[in-house]
Amino acid sequence: MSAGAKHELLPNLFRLEYSKMTAVLYRRFGLKHIEIAEDIVSDTFAIASANWAVNGIPENPVAWLYTVAKNKARDCLKHLNVVENHQKGTNPDDHDDGVHDFEFSHQHISDSQLAMIFAVCNPGISPEAQICLALQVLCGFSVETIANAFLAKAETIKKRLQRSRDDLRRDNFQISVLTQHEIMGRMDTVLKTLYLLFNEGYFSKTSYKQVQKELCLEAIRLTLLLTENALTNTPQANALLALFCFQSSRLDARVNSKGETIVYEQQDRKLWDKALTEKGNYYLVEACNGNETSKYHLEAAIAYWHTTLSDTNKWQHILQLYNQLIMIERSPVALLNRIFALAKVNGHASAITEAEKLKLTENSYYHELLGYLYAATDPAQAITHYDKAILLTKSSAEKKTLQKEIQQLRLKHPE
Amino acid sequence: MKEFALIFRMSKHADAQPTPEQIQERTNWLASIAAQNKLVDKGNSLSATNATVVNNRTAITDGPYTEIKEFISGYVIIKTETLDEAVELAKANPIYKIGGSIEVREVVKLYNHER
Repeated sequence: MSAGAKHELLPNLFRLEYSKMTAVLYRRFGLKHIEIAEDIVSDTFAIASANWAVNGIPENPVAWLYTVAKNKARDCLKHLNVVENHQKGTNPDDHDDGVHDFEFSHQHISDSQLAMIFAVCNPGISPEAQICLALQVLCGFSVETIANAFLAKAETIKKRLQRSRDDLRRDNFQISVLTQHEIMGRMDTVLKTLYLLFNEGYFSKTSYKQVQKELCLEAIRLTLLLTENALTNTPQANALLALFCFQSSRLDARVNSKGETIVYEQQDRKLWDKALTEKGNYYLVEACNGNETSKYHLEAAIAYWHTTLSDTNKWQHILQLYNQLIMIERSPVALLNRIFALAKVNGHASAITEAEKLKLTENSYYHELLGYLYAATDPAQAITHYDKAILLTKSSAEKKTLQKEIQQLRLKHPE
Repeated sequence: MKEFALIFRMSKHADAQPTPEQIQERTNWLASIAAQNKLVDKGNSLSATNATVVNNRTAITDGPYTEIKEFISGYVIIKTETLDEAVELAKANPIYKIGGSIEVREVVKLYNHER
């Protein structure tokens, strides 16, 4: 093994194995003792880097790590048992409650990770805090990486995590065996959190391209866990996964080398990932087993149409899907995207009439859309809307793009 | 805000299936109302064929439109400030292109009387 590869191995292993190991240990020690689980894993990696630096990397590094973690966990459990028994005044020999049943098998790891998803997605914790917690506890992200993703100060994230970790500890959620009852009670929250986690990456405030991508991939990995378990393999979970696959297929095409966003129409379609769109097709078909039409189904179907090359009825289909979507969830994004589809189908004039009925005057995208719709027929009006959008948006990249639009309009229509 | 029921009436071919274009136009209209946050209940379409009118315990007549020339094909419930505003929304419905009409009726609520 070359020195470079050796240097790379440990951080990569850490990312890969950290969340697996902690999930198994969280489950064994219970949510009350999440720190113990994390300490064992951190210690394990510390021992590995010290030992491997002297003795070289073992033949099977993963097995090596698991053995060390297993031994440490056993010692820890024994100690905990002694303490608890002492407190209760019982004899430690009376019940040896499975101190030795440590398994880092594939099945056990996935079951543990799945259970932890449901533990983290506690409806009592705010969605934003759930995402932070998911990134730390389920994905093994550092506080700094999470802070980068949210464009927040590390200190803010640390405080937010501390609060939600306290909530997690206090929650009497049973993670050792995930029951149908617990799954039913939290499935909606789980899907929503994964949806937000993906969007946090996809529509990220951060300019760290790698962070954006990792957030999306983590959301996919966790949703995949849902579809691999019979209890959680629901049509909605499949629809969500289909949506993620379709969206991610454009991850490489939508950002240029400078980190600037490339709009859909100008993307190099050769960069679209065909394998991912095919996966999306597969999960969308799976999602349609049954009569359910959730918001994830509709969004996945819209995303499907965006992966297809020009089809004469494409925008008609997209418009009809948005018509259904806004009746389920009247979000500003869905309302404005529906207007865009309407413009493609019925022309800009009728889209303007529809848009102005929405009166979303405090929304920067509302003005950006109206600017776009007016650009060809009424440049002065278009500029007024673009100006309002610049005032309302907080993103400096967005401001720049809008200023470019205004400049171009002024060039085309001097006076 | 007041609630109004829009009751759709059709006179021609009771069993005629709407074309995809007609369905799309109707959905665009409905979504436009939902977009303005003025949709209370997207209602239902009512069958014109699997239907009967019950006059009293003994007399049952076939078809929903034996007494009236037009039959009710469906309804939705919307919310607007005034009857005029509800009428404006109803006017945009594509039903008029195929010879239908819309009856606009305020939904009478208990608290309207109590006030």
